[in-house]
Amino acid sequence: MTTRKLQNKLFVMFSKTCCLLCIFILLFLVITTLIRAIPELSFYFLNSYPSRFANKAGIKAALVGSFYLIGLTSLIALPIGVLSALYLEEYSNKKSIIKKTLELNISNLAAMPSIVYGLVGLALFARFLNLGTSLLTGSLTLSLLILPIIIVSTQAALKTVPKSVTLAGYAMGAHKYQVVFGLQLPYAMTGILTGIILAISRAIGESAPLIIVGAVGYVSFLPTSLFDSYTVLPIQIFNWAGRPNEDFHNRSAAAIIVLLLVLLSFNLVAIYLRQKSLRNKKI
Amino acid sequence: MLTKQKIDCYIKISLRAFLIPSIVCTLFTILFLTKESLPFFAEVNIIDFLFGRSWQPLIEPRSFGVIPLIIGTMHIVIISILFALPVGILTAIYLSEIASKKHRKFLKPILELLAGIPSVVFGYFALITLTPIIRIIFPQVEAFNSLSAAIVVGVMILPLITSLCDDALQSLPKSIKDAAYALGCTQFEAVFFIQLPAVLKQISASILLAISRAIGETMAVTLAAGATPSLHLNPLKSIQTMTSFIVQVCLGDASSGTVEYHSCFAVALLLFIITFFFNGLGKLLIRKANNYDY
Amino acid sequence: MKFQTLITLTLIFITFSCTDKVKEKNLLITADGSSTVFPITEAIAEEYMKKNHGSKITIGISGTGGGFKKFCKGQTLINNASRSIKEIEQKLCKSNNIKYIKIPVAYDGITVVINPKNTWATKLTTTQLNLLWQNDSKIITWNQLDPSWPKRKIKLFGPGPDSGTFDYFTKVINGKSGLSRSNYSHSEDDNIIIHGVSNDVDAIGYFGYAYFINNTEKVKDVAISHKGSDYIKSNGENILKNIYKPLSRPIYIYANKNQIIENIQFKKFIIFYLKSAEELTRQVGYVNLDNNEYKKQVTSIEMFEPKVIR
Repeated sequence: MTTRKLQNKLFVMFSKTCCLLCIFILLFLVITTLIRAIPELSFYFLNSYPSRFANKAGIKAALVGSFYLIGLTSLIALPIGVLSALYLEEYSNKKSIIKKTLELNISNLAAMPSIVYGLVGLALFARFLNLGTSLLTGSLTLSLLILPIIIVSTQAALKTVPKSVTLAGYAMGAHKYQVVFGLQLPYAMTGILTGIILAISRAIGESAPLIIVGAVGYVSFLPTSLFDSYTVLPIQIFNWAGRPNEDFHNRSAAAIIVLLLVLLSFNLVAIYLRQKSLRNKKI
Repeated sequence: MLTKQKIDCYIKISLRAFLIPSIVCTLFTILFLTKESLPFFAEVNIIDFLFGRSWQPLIEPRSFGVIPLIIGTMHIVIISILFALPVGILTAIYLSEIASKKHRKFLKPILELLAGIPSVVFGYFALITLTPIIRIIFPQVEAFNSLSAAIVVGVMILPLITSLCDDALQSLPKSIKDAAYALGCTQFEAVFFIQLPAVLKQISASILLAISRAIGETMAVTLAAGATPSLHLNPLKSIQTMTSFIVQVCLGDASSGTVEYHSCFAVALLLFIITFFFNGLGKLLIRKANNYDY
Repeated sequence: MKFQTLITLTLIFITFSCTDKVKEKNLLITADGSSTVFPITEAIAEEYMKKNHGSKITIGISGTGGGFKKFCKGQTLINNASRSIKEIEQKLCKSNNIKYIKIPVAYDGITVVINPKNTWATKLTTTQLNLLWQNDSKIITWNQLDPSWPKRKIKLFGPGPDSGTFDYFTKVINGKSGLSRSNYSHSEDDNIIIHGVSNDVDAIGYFGYAYFINNTEKVKDVAISHKGSDYIKSNGENILKNIYKPLSRPIYIYANKNQIIENIQFKKFIIFYLKSAEELTRQVGYVNLDNNEYKKQVTSIEMFEPKVIR
């Protein structure tokens, strides 16, 4: 076999191995957790509040809290993120220093540790804007946290739109807003949705910033307004994993599985939309 | 009359408004961190802080040299990128070029699930499962070490690189790939010499995002890497990163007004400045390297 | 079709989350603070909720210090505390006009543990502990503590410097809170200390008694002798009778005094706390106070009456 063919064969083998490695790691994590979790999963588990008895402890408050929090965060962060990136990519002057500073600023925010977002959220939303330890504070803090991910990936997605598509739009006599919203945005939708999936995945697994902003470890009721106290699944997981009793560790594992299912349900919507967008693009 | 030009103008102005949250966030963060760090710098000399080689703010005798924390953070970032970059890009190439359409449909969402696993889970995984495995190869590895923490951080940032690079490759017009094959390239050559360079902008954006995430990762390193700030370069021993120190103080017991409490803000401010310079440098290098425009 | 499924799922979800019937406008009882005291307050809240449906209780885990910050600004009604309030926190409370009462609720013991296969170091004196943990300690191997012990390197585990357990341990063993050697593996999570000690024959560590009692198969406790006394093991009885010295400490809740006086519901909750604490602290792995202690506190709280304004 010639070297080039050999090179190619090795390359294909290597990439396949890498992909399998990722899948293996994921399956390993999920299956080891699932083994501990399966005996604990039941409707009772989903419908009860925390308890000092491991077999009576449930995740109702945490589950509902996570749902509300992620829903609210998405509503806030997605429009702001996508539209900011749209402005930066399409409407701003490419050479301007302001644009470069803004992009640097956003990359910097992506690197900020999640706990610092907690501190900033506490100072800005809970104290300065006097929103207290409410659901609103938590979702605003999380929105700030995932904003850079959405902006960076949306910008990257918009860069993939071929110039030919844009120029064809202008050639047909369309105005800028028609080209941007009617051609470029739909074309980039697959990439944007990937960014959204990654951002929501990040938000759903965060515990440290929420503990600081005031999400509690025990709550005996469900939030009925934006200003209510709340708790979320990662905090419950962290709380139970730190208990001395082994039974609580198993409950923790069950909560992790529920978290992954919640994540999957949010992602499936985005994945479905992404598939549809991909189909439209390939025409 | 609402002409199309006017619509364009209004849209431009209203889109500008959406940039406000990120600007406010940065400004507020800088002001807030600076304000809270001032009590720290009132008591600790800034030269001692930046160049001191011993970090022990909570136990007597105290010292506030931040270099051990920076080295600890570097441990995690370098090892995690060394792991995640090749694996991530090769997986992306596999997903986009080699896997069949059917496989890709379910492989990609499965890999994105990795991004959703909470960081505390990875932390416990590194501590309880990964370290004993490492112990088989390196029996001298300690209970807390930077290697297992860095590997799990690498796993955490994998989806960032894989998903975004895969999307980038998918969005290339088919004509480029066809042209490469028409000229007699193997798959390997087409990918490495034609396709990857064509999407270098997106790949570099995802790499920068991944590195930023690695620098800022908190819970997993706090659990797995320990809390022993030191100057060694041995990944088999315990270290402390800047982020895990911030967690230690914030979720711990230090009372407001003390030097220990405010040291956490000083470290956060330093982290902010370091990532600022790092991102700036990264962007400059990317701009120099990107000459492809098709 | 898909849109309809989405609407159905959303409706199911909303129904599921509205299944709580809140009868009257209930006081929101907010607690925060130490994660050590958290399980006790959680147990009380759980029992209280069973008897008072619709009661609203939240408990945070910001740590004793973080909890005091909120408590002294009036943001929480109860602070779970694994240590007494510090002077700087007292000043904060005073500046915000927050009056509080300190309520001891249980004893927590600190257990020193070794690996089950460790047959030599089953008894230690506080002098030996001090030699081992003092801040310029030169002890590296077991035989330096006792010549008859093996010449093997000691692996030290313990809580981090910002935990209440660390504060208390260093205060009673090393003489000053915060004074300790720094070259040991520290962790905020006591389960990790258990993991470390149970996997290494030469390991020694310390953490709260509740963690020991739940993991007796993984680690072995060390009997402690203080100032020439017998070697005492850390168990419930010894801690209650105050024989296990000096490593047993009281843990507290701090309650907002003004709210107890002005708010009947909150007063009811605090009295319920004290009345149920004896049973419930034992259930979650702590050691209860003497029955009379609780009764005394209940009596003094019942005497708080709102000031009548003429």
